[in-house]
Amino acid sequence: MDDLEQFKQTYFQECEELLGDLESQLMALEDGERDVDVLHAAFRAIHSIKGGAGAFGFDQLVSFAHTFETVLDLMREEKVELTEDNVLTSVRAGDILADLVNAAQSGDQLPADHGADVLQALTVIAGGDAAAPAAEDGGEEDDGDLEDLDFTPVRIDLEDGAEPSAAGGDAGSESAPLDLDGGAPAVYRIAFRPRTEMLQRANEPLLLIRELKELGTLTATVDVSDLPALPALQHDAAYFSWTFELVTTHDLMAIEDVFEFVTDDCDLSIEMVEETSMPEAPDETAEVAAADDAGTAEPQGAAADGQAGPDKADGAAAADGGEAAKADAPKPSEAKAAKKDKAKSQSAAPAVSAIRVDLDKVDRLVNMVGELVITQAMISQQSDQVLADRYPDLVRGLEQLFQHTRGLQDSVMAIRAQPVKSVFSRMPRLVRELSMQIGKKIRLEMSGESTEIDKTVIEQLNDPLTHMIRNACDHGIEDPDKRVAAGKQAEGTILLSAEQRGGRIVIQIIDDGQGVNRERVFAKAVEKGLVAADANLTDEEIDNLIFSPGFSTAETVSNISGRGVGMDVVRQNIQKLGGRVSVRSEPGKGSNIILTLPLTLAVLDGMIVRVGGESYVIPLTNVIESLSPQDGDISLVAGGGDVISIRGEYIELIYLNQVFSIESNGTQSNGLVVLVEVEGGGKVGLVVDEILGQQQVVIKSLEENFDPIPGIGGATILGDGNVALILDVTGVRSLQVQASAASAASAASAAAKTETIEIEECVA
Amino acid sequence: MIEETAEVEQELGAPREIEHVAGKTVQLISFSVGKEAYCVDIMAVREIRAWTGTTTLPKTQDFVRGVINLRGIIVPIIDLRKRFGQGHTDPTKTHVVIILAIGDRLNGILADAVSDILTVPEDEIHAVPQAEGETENPFIDGLVTKDKQMVALISLERLIDQAVVH
Repeated sequence: MDDLEQFKQTYFQECEELLGDLESQLMALEDGERDVDVLHAAFRAIHSIKGGAGAFGFDQLVSFAHTFETVLDLMREEKVELTEDNVLTSVRAGDILADLVNAAQSGDQLPADHGADVLQALTVIAGGDAAAPAAEDGGEEDDGDLEDLDFTPVRIDLEDGAEPSAAGGDAGSESAPLDLDGGAPAVYRIAFRPRTEMLQRANEPLLLIRELKELGTLTATVDVSDLPALPALQHDAAYFSWTFELVTTHDLMAIEDVFEFVTDDCDLSIEMVEETSMPEAPDETAEVAAADDAGTAEPQGAAADGQAGPDKADGAAAADGGEAAKADAPKPSEAKAAKKDKAKSQSAAPAVSAIRVDLDKVDRLVNMVGELVITQAMISQQSDQVLADRYPDLVRGLEQLFQHTRGLQDSVMAIRAQPVKSVFSRMPRLVRELSMQIGKKIRLEMSGESTEIDKTVIEQLNDPLTHMIRNACDHGIEDPDKRVAAGKQAEGTILLSAEQRGGRIVIQIIDDGQGVNRERVFAKAVEKGLVAADANLTDEEIDNLIFSPGFSTAETVSNISGRGVGMDVVRQNIQKLGGRVSVRSEPGKGSNIILTLPLTLAVLDGMIVRVGGESYVIPLTNVIESLSPQDGDISLVAGGGDVISIRGEYIELIYLNQVFSIESNGTQSNGLVVLVEVEGGGKVGLVVDEILGQQQVVIKSLEENFDPIPGIGGATILGDGNVALILDVTGVRSLQVQASAASAASAASAAAKTETIEIEECVA
Repeated sequence: MIEETAEVEQELGAPREIEHVAGKTVQLISFSVGKEAYCVDIMAVREIRAWTGTTTLPKTQDFVRGVINLRGIIVPIIDLRKRFGQGHTDPTKTHVVIILAIGDRLNGILADAVSDILTVPEDEIHAVPQAEGETENPFIDGLVTKDKQMVALISLERLIDQAVVH
């Protein structure tokens, strides 16, 4: 059972990739791409999803994927035109397929008619005769419907079907291996009877037969005596058995290998009939084979008649090849089959270039490298001048070690890095669905999808991005008539871009909508008590008020956005990732939301400070500057705390020793002030005893073994092996606010800027 | 250890012995804090190490000594003496830290010295008597007798539960 769970997990991981791939192929189609390779790729993705789904018994998924696949197959066969409508239907079908996969993964039961309209549309595209909508399925497996339909009795012209395979394809290729191999060919008789289970496990007899044929000259005889009358026919049961005569130079093992994966699900006997050593044998056999091939086709034909033509296959069910449920008879080899094989080998090729590794293993590696970096730091601290003079080679070696360690660390971090594409690729669907829902025309453009960022960051990025895109759709982009009236194109554009700048990733969401309505935002903020009515804020500050808790300007609360928790939560989530978010907006022209995120969550650049006997790490991304205050810079605000005047700006001071109750001599006279930026863009000064230096530190979780501590974001291990705590400056500020809760209100006089945050946090 | 168990069984006589065969025995690690002896289930013990300095965690209760670096894992250390309301431990190099796996978390406890490994039949772990008027130690799950000395079995879950106070 555990094994099965494991396989399932792997399957869903693959599904995720495949769905992403499918989405991008469908997007390409939507953008007017008409390359048959795109269709091939999309088809392959759906087919792989279906294959696995069949193995795990996700019937609804299989059924839908099957219909979808059929349509795509018809498209790539150019039997169905790629009209805009058809492409749109396919894109929507992709969405439904994703839903079904998710439902299968979570175990949720989607309503039976989920995506029924799309399914209906697909069925219509697939052709009139196949147009039996899902509504018709009774209690029967969905899977069956299309197959049942295929069973309209059609007489197949045998000659046409069989001839090309016997004459063209086979005769040539069959004799070839014999001539080349030169070894003594032997004749094997193989009796092969697939059981129903084999088909249910998605094994296709045709593929096995083809594989056998590769080994030498194959003569196949099919036994159809078990085939029941049509009413009693189970579409997914196995009725045929085969007897093969194979003339081959390969040994028994090679033949057994062909059946390796199905031995448990079929009756199989392989025996050697004779060993032919006559040199002229091959030619004869080839002739016999060719003749036999024609003969072989006959019973198949009979099967076709009796069982109502499996070879509608040429038309609607062409997609079925290689798939279990309908493998009633091996179809006389069609050109398609070859194509499919080609497609398979294509899809198999790139798999070699990547391996799937459990994330835990990577994390262990990351941890070990982290330890190495710490040890390395410890060693380099020891190598002082004396050592350098006495053992120059040793010190040089240590320097090299240092560089290699850094290189190793970067490489390991790169393993965790993934392209943002995996989260970006979910956005087109969102925009598509939203624009339909709210009746706006919106186009989503994306760039920099291949920008890589830590996997953990990517996972946490989905919700904030979804929210911001929703916001852009709902609030940013205007209704089409409004846009036209404003002299813009009726279709709004949202650009989602990612790029790497220095050690950070910058993600921007740019819309060409109406921008932030500053008057309304400000009025709303005053109304909600977020700012004082007479506060004098810059445009940028007003724009960024939309990130305040409990803020929403939408006049009507729609189910898309506007509950007033959105942007606040976005900011929190982004900050949890060590990132920042801000908005720039131009009224009437649009807004630009800018996210900056660290490349990785595993390391950060920190400033190491001493407070009393303890070392703390302040994330460098928070640090603005550090300074040692002069007498007179610091003044006490009545009822509040100390403030420091820096270039005419009053900034609140936080004495870390007081906040954390540490014995220290850090007072205003000899302490150092590190100016840091807190959530929302405000500044505070942290008073510390000493700045010990800057260092890249490996972030360790404190919460793994202990409860979260306010003001502490995590821990790290310094070069001396001791633990140092990483400050969460916003948390520290909250502590300070709590400590002086009574006087919080009067602290408002400190500065307009800090005031905003102050009250915000009280609200929070 | 096994010999010891056998001895105990012999002393107790035949009827009890049958029960012992049927019942399970547990192994406990005993250690001392001051004059008192305590023990924990050996299955929870990950390692025992000598005292090293901790990094103080601000804003935590006073029995949390801070955290140490256990080969890259940050592990909090609980001062048992303080936890039991007997004052602050002034640790020296001879003090020990017992690293315990409690639930999903690793915790260290600071004790004076590790004494022994006890193998005790499960039914010889006695319930803590409810003494009238006396404040009962909420961290004691049961009592075991070893060499006529009482050894208190510590409830690990309650030990790290910040809400439980002595």
